[in-house]
Amino acid sequence: MPDIIFRDGGIRQNQWFVISRPESGETLDIPEQKRVLIPADLWLENREQFSGNENVGVWFDSHDEPEVLADHVNELPLIAVNFPKFSDGRGYSIARLLRERFGYKNELRAIGDVLLDQLQFMKRCGFDTYELRPDKDIRKAARALNFFSQGYQAATDTDLPLFRRRAS
Amino acid sequence: MYVYDEHDRQMAAERVAQFRDQTERALAGELAEDEFLPLRLQNGLYVQRLAPMLRICVPYGMLRSVQLRRLARITRDYDKGYAHFTTRQNVQLNWPNLEDVPDILAELAEVEMHANQTSGNCIRNTTTDQFAGVQSDELTDPRPYCEIIRQWSTFHPEFAYLPRKFKVAVNASEKTDRAAIRVHDIGLQIVRNDAGELGFRVHVGGGLGRTPMVAPVIREFLPELDLLTYLEAVLRVYNRYGRRDNKFKARIKILVKALTPEGFAEKVEAEWAHIKDSPSRLTPEAIERIQAYFTEPAYAALDNATDLLARQRFENRGFDQWLQHNVDVHKKPGYAIVSLTMKKTGTPPGDVTDRQLEQIADLADEYSFGEVRVTHQQNVVLADVRQDRLLELWEQLGPMGFGTANLNTLTDIICCPGGDFCALANAKSIPVADAIQRRFDNLDFLYDLGEIDLNISGCMNACGHHHVGNIGVLGVDKKGQEFYQVSLGGASQHDATIGKILGPSFARDDMPDVIAKIIDVYVNKRTDEESFLDTYRRVGIDPFKERVYA
Repeated sequence: MPDIIFRDGGIRQNQWFVISRPESGETLDIPEQKRVLIPADLWLENREQFSGNENVGVWFDSHDEPEVLADHVNELPLIAVNFPKFSDGRGYSIARLLRERFGYKNELRAIGDVLLDQLQFMKRCGFDTYELRPDKDIRKAARALNFFSQGYQAATDTDLPLFRRRAS
Repeated sequence: MYVYDEHDRQMAAERVAQFRDQTERALAGELAEDEFLPLRLQNGLYVQRLAPMLRICVPYGMLRSVQLRRLARITRDYDKGYAHFTTRQNVQLNWPNLEDVPDILAELAEVEMHANQTSGNCIRNTTTDQFAGVQSDELTDPRPYCEIIRQWSTFHPEFAYLPRKFKVAVNASEKTDRAAIRVHDIGLQIVRNDAGELGFRVHVGGGLGRTPMVAPVIREFLPELDLLTYLEAVLRVYNRYGRRDNKFKARIKILVKALTPEGFAEKVEAEWAHIKDSPSRLTPEAIERIQAYFTEPAYAALDNATDLLARQRFENRGFDQWLQHNVDVHKKPGYAIVSLTMKKTGTPPGDVTDRQLEQIADLADEYSFGEVRVTHQQNVVLADVRQDRLLELWEQLGPMGFGTANLNTLTDIICCPGGDFCALANAKSIPVADAIQRRFDNLDFLYDLGEIDLNISGCMNACGHHHVGNIGVLGVDKKGQEFYQVSLGGASQHDATIGKILGPSFARDDMPDVIAKIIDVYVNKRTDEESFLDTYRRVGIDPFKERVYA
């Protein structure tokens, strides 16, 4: 499995397997002794079984509504958001909602069509790990995460927009 | 006008370094074409029919003389010595080399300019009235709000990959709407509520393009301090629910229509309720800080130069015509607002040479406190000219090519670059404008016709705003041949209306005749004081149809 980039630019081994949505009629097949990410609605359907299990997290697709997990986010060790195409910007809003609206505290990961030039936006919106598409040069991630030293807006990384920081 | 502080400067420099890095990776083959595409677009760079095109941002149309001179130098050093004023108050270069663009951006950053978000599916340059701050009927100067929106929207981490482009316009005048806010994704009309508090009436979901729509009101009154949180709520609803499956249905207008304006407003209010009291809520101090950059220049205490001007007009008919058409009333006694028309026949509308850019800079320094404004009609405004120096100014304009006294007349044509330059265009637009200007070369006749907006777009994307022209011309492609569809009755101000299509399209050579027939009908049908639009609204489209297709 490809390595994972952390928000500080560090690179570590990936421990999480993404389990695709099962075809209709098939059941969710969770490999033993692995840490897995399952579709969020399936986790919710089987919440009693999975809640508190440190080896089972969830993933959202870009058209999913994170509201479904609003009351349970911190029962999860990891939430991933899939970018089916890097130009699909819905994942940024999903991330901010998870962090700022639902108070999600644990690891938030970007998966899918994750490229270098979007990493800093992802970081600002609350993602703290990134599964870079394997053909991209992971050594360039640290620079891409830090193209800018600050932003004009408040986001997940700072409560204070620049107009409030200027005033202080 | 706004001046960068250390934060703005730092981010501008970081942006240039970022794009340099991205360009190097693109040239080295590390970025696929579709991956580089949104990055270059958000730095203003299109790849066009003949060469790349760089769209440089002119925030809400304001330029200082030092910036004009830098633009002139850039067109000389990196381009073919001319530039183009666009219909969204920006400036375009038509011939830069892709490899040079990071250097051009660095040169721009030195004079506090950039090309951020002038293209791509993101929040674009916020536009406003070119007479902001100098007209007497506005509630307050709209430009500080435009600057506040500029900062908020610049590199916004959540809204860089929207379903489609997103344009905001602000207007503060009660009588006029030179910013055409009702045909924008968000149009903000500055208003006071019954309690006398300042705020915005919020229109969402207007736009031109393939599905032209006039924006409905989704909130009658938004208190000014709530501006950014409310915009954030609108954008978040759009980012999450706007269509991404079909680029022709991806603008916010389609979402507003699908949900109905009431349904859309409800969704926005629900989102806003969560964030309205967050630290992103503006503070009076934050607004005052920006307003302090838009204070009045050092006006002299003057009386209106009524007698002097009357004498000068009597002695000089050309000056009289120019004064009547290209000069507007200023809020300060003794001053005037001057529009320099970039519409000289023989030059594509909005095009200026490097030398002309420098001449405009010199005029700004000499006559207007070193600042100019670019208009969405592709002209340039000197906003603060002393009335007693108008004659002296006018005498210089003719030789420079800015003196054509045709502002707001039939030949003050709004025109996109069209098929001569643009890869998207179905047809050329500049030669059509040129042929019409040549046909209507008699100024007295133009004045007699009064105000007529003639807008030409080379394709559906409607950069020439053809839908809201009193007469609109749209280039269409029929089996590889260029044809032109005509629409009538469009309007862009407070009475914003989408024009109605006249009928089957015409060959390019026929266009001057077609326009002449339309004008004929107006001249025959009008009553004393009726404008073209008034007559059209009274008699309808049929008399025009009958004459043109007779």
